[in-house]
Amino acid sequence: MSTAIPFAPVARGGSTLGEVPGTVQQALLLSRYQFRDYLRSRRFILMMIIVAAIGAILSFVLAYFNSAAAVQGLLSSSNAFYGSAWAGGVTIVIIFAGIIFGGDAIAGEFQNKTGYFLMGLPIKRTTVYVGKFLAALAASLVAVFFYLAILLANGAYYLHGSAFPAALGESFLISLLYLFALLGSVFLFSSLFKNSLYAVLVVAVLFLFGFSLLQGIITDLVKVEPWFIITYADQVIGYPFLSTLPPHVSTVTLMGARGAILTTTSWNPTYLEGFAIMIGYFVLTAFAGLWLFEREEFT
Amino acid sequence: MSPSLEAVDLTKRFGTFTALDHLNLKIDGAKCVGFLGPNGAGKTTTLKMFTDLIFPSEGEAFINGISVQKDRKRALSDCGDLIETPEIYPSLTPLEALEMSGALRGMRPEEIRSRSAEVLAEVKMSDWVHQKVGRFSKGMKQRVNIAASLLSDPEVVILDEPSTGLDPRGMAEVRNIVRGLKKENRLIFMSSHILSEVVDICDEVALIDHGKLLFYDSLSNVSKRLTGNATSVQLSFVGPIGDDALASQVATLPGVTGVTRLDAQRAKLMITGGAAGQAQVLERLAAAHLGLVSFEPSQSALEELYLQEISKGD
Repeated sequence: MSTAIPFAPVARGGSTLGEVPGTVQQALLLSRYQFRDYLRSRRFILMMIIVAAIGAILSFVLAYFNSAAAVQGLLSSSNAFYGSAWAGGVTIVIIFAGIIFGGDAIAGEFQNKTGYFLMGLPIKRTTVYVGKFLAALAASLVAVFFYLAILLANGAYYLHGSAFPAALGESFLISLLYLFALLGSVFLFSSLFKNSLYAVLVVAVLFLFGFSLLQGIITDLVKVEPWFIITYADQVIGYPFLSTLPPHVSTVTLMGARGAILTTTSWNPTYLEGFAIMIGYFVLTAFAGLWLFEREEFT
Repeated sequence: MSPSLEAVDLTKRFGTFTALDHLNLKIDGAKCVGFLGPNGAGKTTTLKMFTDLIFPSEGEAFINGISVQKDRKRALSDCGDLIETPEIYPSLTPLEALEMSGALRGMRPEEIRSRSAEVLAEVKMSDWVHQKVGRFSKGMKQRVNIAASLLSDPEVVILDEPSTGLDPRGMAEVRNIVRGLKKENRLIFMSSHILSEVVDICDEVALIDHGKLLFYDSLSNVSKRLTGNATSVQLSFVGPIGDDALASQVATLPGVTGVTRLDAQRAKLMITGGAAGQAQVLERLAAAHLGLVSFEPSQSALEELYLQEISKGD
């Protein structure tokens, strides 16, 4: 058996208390290691496979049904192409990325006991929360950029000179806002549950079809503008590609059987409304998640 | 300033269950303090409040005079801790995990590198520094955790049953590591339910049961509490020893204050005079040719006091 040798003291340059990095620096440091963990994880490979599959399906449809009228319409202009392929697909990519990278970001700290390693360090809980948020954001951005790269490759091939319209840049920025809003919500549920599976399930159900279902019910049955639902706001991601924005409210009256008159009302968010909903979701959910995380105990 | 830990009216309630009941404990100076108690006594609860993993229902915990509850970052800045068996991000290597821990503590990169090599060697993980932690056994992970808690050479080290999950060899190695940590200006607060481990390593002991502190004292005072100045020693003989021989040849030896027969071949002596008194008694017993085959401290005073105190609460 070896003999224990007392460790040589580490040379300390002044007060120990002053040496601990500031909150921002710690958040960035933590996010760097967490991001590294994401990049090496199976979940990252899974996310890339999902994006590649979406891209492959899109590429296949464009190539195989190239002569079809619908595809021809899609390829008639860069706005038509990106308005459909980017605005329609990026929300799915963002939702999957949010679920995969953020679903267990906080819950996993409790369930997997990684929090016992991290929280024993001189670091504020807020810093841990922000650091993990930044890491999930960075990992999600990799997926979004990968999807963008697939679209740009298709755009360059089919649209030649007009592969990157300014509208795509604008839409990309709105997508980032949506990503923030989604991650805020995901982190809220991740903080709410100490169980990763519950957090991931709730987020997946809500964002993949729960909110859409709710939006349909509210619009059709209650006949109220669903301004409080995040999926309602995501429509504005496609607005930069439109020459004319859809009306905020549109009412269609139809003549039914035996002279019955049916009136349906639909809503489209304005730019301002879309931004406000996304910012509101981000601020409210991210802070609510942080508030919960600050109060959760590692029992 | 000497390292210190202090619990002031520290209380933790989970619903109607009181896990820790107004704990007042002040540990000051460089020493190793064993925190003893049966399962469910409140040891881990206490340590978790000292590291801000859970929050007190009442009271406060201080590390080096700084309230953990009011300023966890400053309070934990010179404290290394190991609570339960933490998991490290599975795709990181031990070196990367220590790098992260050191960077978050504000250590310089070259300092992190040299200290990582030292502490990983100390916990015998040098051959695994580039392997992912996710592939490690529980014992290997615990070694990396111990290394991480020692990385910054903290003045205060809080260890929650550090040998948990290790095989007998690993447990002995951890004991050796903790013993090696005892140095000038370091306070080690270690929970354990292994009494021999505490006797082996610690200078002082705090006993807790049902969330209440039963006593906090030095190990030498623990012995005195039970036996005054006498030491309890167990004798074993090669064959049965008669009552006459015990009474005339053992009980009458200078320094022997009591003899108790344990069975036909074993007896317990109470001896005064410290180590010199024990040596004198041993020499005389050997000279008496009674067939003595062993002369060893009997059940430790700590163990006796532990059982005595714990049984009061049952």
